[in-house]
Amino acid sequence: MNIAAQLPVIVLVLPLLSAFAVTLVSLFNKKLAWPLTVLTMTATFLATTGTLCSVIHNGAIRYRVANWAPPFGIELVIDHLSALVAVVISIVALLVAIFAKETIQKDIPNRVGQFYTLFILCTVGLLGETLTGDAFNLYVLIEITSLTSYALLAFGGSRAYFSTFNYLILGTIGACLYLLGVGYLYIKTGSLNMIDIATLIPALSGSSAIFTAFILILVGLWIKMAFFPFHGWLPNAYTHATSTVSAFAAPLMTKVTVYMSIRLMYFVFGPDYAFSQFTGPVNIVWLAVIAILVGSYYALVQTDIKRMLTYIIIAEVGYMVGGMWLGNAIGLTGTIYHIAADAIMTACLFLALGSIAYKLGSTKISDMAGIFKKMPVTFCAFLVGAAGMIGIPPTAGFFSKWFLISGGIQAGQWAFVVALLVSSLVNAILFFRIIEVGFFGADDEDEHDAVVVQRNEAPLSMLLPTVTAAALVILLGLSTSKVTSLLIENIVGSLF
Amino acid sequence: MVIQSFTPLFAMLSSLVAVFPITLLKQSENRREMWTFIAAIIKFALVISMVPIILGGQTIELTLVSLIPNVPLKLRVDGFGMVFALVASSLWIVTSIYSIGYMRKSKEHAQSRFFACFALALFATLGVAFSANLLTMYIFYEILSLSTYPLVAHHQDKEAKIGGRKYLTYLLGTSIGLALPAMLIIYNITGTLDFGPNGIMAGHELGKLLPVLVLMFMYGFGKAGLMPLHAWLPGAMVAPTPVSSLLHAVAVVKVGVFCVIRVITGIFGANYLTLHGMVPLICYVAGFTVITASLMALYQDNLKRRLAFSTIGQLAYIIMGVGLCSYLGIVGGVAHIAMHAFGKITLFFCAGAIYVATGKKYISQMVGIGKRMPITMAAFFIGSLSVIGFPPTGGLVSKLYMLRGALQADMIPIVVIYLVSSFLNACYFLPIVYKAFFCTDSESQYEDKINEAPLACIIPPVITACVTIALFIYPNLVINLVESAMGVL
Repeated sequence: MNIAAQLPVIVLVLPLLSAFAVTLVSLFNKKLAWPLTVLTMTATFLATTGTLCSVIHNGAIRYRVANWAPPFGIELVIDHLSALVAVVISIVALLVAIFAKETIQKDIPNRVGQFYTLFILCTVGLLGETLTGDAFNLYVLIEITSLTSYALLAFGGSRAYFSTFNYLILGTIGACLYLLGVGYLYIKTGSLNMIDIATLIPALSGSSAIFTAFILILVGLWIKMAFFPFHGWLPNAYTHATSTVSAFAAPLMTKVTVYMSIRLMYFVFGPDYAFSQFTGPVNIVWLAVIAILVGSYYALVQTDIKRMLTYIIIAEVGYMVGGMWLGNAIGLTGTIYHIAADAIMTACLFLALGSIAYKLGSTKISDMAGIFKKMPVTFCAFLVGAAGMIGIPPTAGFFSKWFLISGGIQAGQWAFVVALLVSSLVNAILFFRIIEVGFFGADDEDEHDAVVVQRNEAPLSMLLPTVTAAALVILLGLSTSKVTSLLIENIVGSLF
Repeated sequence: MVIQSFTPLFAMLSSLVAVFPITLLKQSENRREMWTFIAAIIKFALVISMVPIILGGQTIELTLVSLIPNVPLKLRVDGFGMVFALVASSLWIVTSIYSIGYMRKSKEHAQSRFFACFALALFATLGVAFSANLLTMYIFYEILSLSTYPLVAHHQDKEAKIGGRKYLTYLLGTSIGLALPAMLIIYNITGTLDFGPNGIMAGHELGKLLPVLVLMFMYGFGKAGLMPLHAWLPGAMVAPTPVSSLLHAVAVVKVGVFCVIRVITGIFGANYLTLHGMVPLICYVAGFTVITASLMALYQDNLKRRLAFSTIGQLAYIIMGVGLCSYLGIVGGVAHIAMHAFGKITLFFCAGAIYVATGKKYISQMVGIGKRMPITMAAFFIGSLSVIGFPPTGGLVSKLYMLRGALQADMIPIVVIYLVSSFLNACYFLPIVYKAFFCTDSESQYEDKINEAPLACIIPPVITACVTIALFIYPNLVINLVESAMGVL
């Protein structure tokens, strides 16, 4: 048996098994939980990278789990899109795993074992969502991810319980809607395998049951990705979580859900079906425009950086949904690229902010005075992430905006173009407000010589992932052409 | 002929690399400043080494990485870029001498940050000068905006912070809000962003979109300071004087003008703009700024602010010259980048020297100062002659070219604007010099005793004043380079 051929399933099985190992080990020695998690995540990262390379060289992989033939058996489909997203997930998970050591020890010292177990399980869920080629299996994985993420978010303590409960209710509704949609699909097509359903849909395109399924699945996923107007749960849930958990959930949860909606919309229902359902004035792009503007507006009025970032995430979800509904190749390219870019930028910002919170005990803008002198490396990483969010070249964020705006111009969706530009400018204001305080102190008094601050940098285990994330933001930007030509063009080219 | 070479990249990187030793050597001032000099001299030497190649009619190219289809991160050195790079890199050496004198004498804080950001800004400036396409240029343009922000807000007091906010709002707002979408529209129409010898728009009819795009670019590169989006420049005068002199008279503002020139000549193409009747639009928008800025300069009492308004007018001069789209107009416009740079930096050096020696910022306080600081004021006089366009200074040469360019393009109103504004320039500069030297003893606010600023603040303006005169005697140093690029046009 060739190990390389089994890589797709190793990506899932390896962390799944080690999740249990971590539980067992942490019963005896809590100190072993962290190294074991980092080891697992490194192995997962190598496995996903290996899969990606194999996809690039040999094309898409369809892997039969336990060798049951589709459409009855569960199939893993690793094409250029899912391989890319899987790599992004494993990179962020690895960075957060390294980062977790000190904060978890500080925030939840007596539940270290549980945290790492749930963390690994949640990663497995996210990777599964990405790789699976089975619509019902996807539901199961959505629930695995959701349940573990509820638990993870609730680690934040008193206020987190309530906001997580809120998320739990809405998340469950979303997942139920999705399941209902899959039910309709199953009734009409008799199949749960995505590729199989895709071949059956064109013949049923007039069916109202299929349309109902489409809407249910769409809305279900929108709730999970916090797309306007279903975004209400996200800011509280992510703000009140501990910094490690937000650094894990914020970059990945919404982005992977966007991936799922691309998978279902373009690969199950097909672009022809999807776009024929919404013609004329009813246009999802307009919803995306509102999402971007609302997210940006609420971000402006926040005084807490973490909360501000959560509203930026809502605006970014608008970017991606808008991009995939523009109906042209370059818009979809933008959305796919932005999944990777936004995941890494958000991770960079949340990791840097987590380090600052660890040292400072606060994430309020007004408390950032002199932070540049105190934590220069961390703050520089934060600046790189901020430049990405504003869209300053050569960070990755610039290029995703490039593709998305190009798509908007090509589709004649000028409102979307304007919304993206406005959101860039708002982000510029948001971050320069912080930068001004961070560099020059909080108040407008004449303080020629700022207060003498001692340098007090975060520990290496936090600095390393933060700086790596910042480097990746630039590296991804500089390798845009590689990413698009090797991966995204393969996907988009087959659709348009 | 195109030559592949790493020299332009090394010329850019020499100052980027210097950022690290400068930030690390906080403790020892002399060793830190040594690195600024090493970087500045290496940079200048590398730029100079490319001059013969460019004069020989060749260009140097280097493709770094591919960013998006058809648009790589790519450098190309031609005559235009060379003129700008020469000016920026030579003046960095002079400004560094000046900075040391100024910053130490006035005991400025955070000097490491100051010198590090300065080096970073020069990296970005050369990047803009050597860009081969619009995207590469945009990247360095943005890096320049960000790296100069800490310099503007350097004093960290309320005024500096407001100046800094204004600076970023105007520069980022215009570049993201106007230049970026304009660039994307161009990319979607033509599929490329490479600067072509005759533009890349030939064969594409834009109709009503064309004037909109032209204006989006002119205002999108907000560093060019076209009115009414000019307010950041006087606001940025809160920065220490070395910043005002090198960045806000040369590097930053000229980057804005340079970007507009590139768009006019490399993206749209001079012929295309003439053919579609865009010349009056560009010239009158710039002409309005020329006259208004000169009038506003008249009643500024703060010397640095007066210089800033003068800069705004002179920047619009350059855009107007190039916007004429005639051969002589373009040559004159690009040459004026160099001519104005040496003249204006002299004026800023003098303003700073006066501030360091006497603490005076206002023109009304400078009556009789020529008796106390004769060398400074003599340099000031030569600098102002160059900005006005009097012999024997380089400013005359480029102004003549632009005037002839206006005649060549049959734009008589522009000729009038040039002449009126030269008169206004004389009105706001010469009284300062006159009052400094020729006043009665009762009027004079200074004792009749020579007491100059430190030597490091005196030598730079003297050097640049001499260069201004040298450029009058040997204008071909600049003109030949510009024409080497025009040969392709």
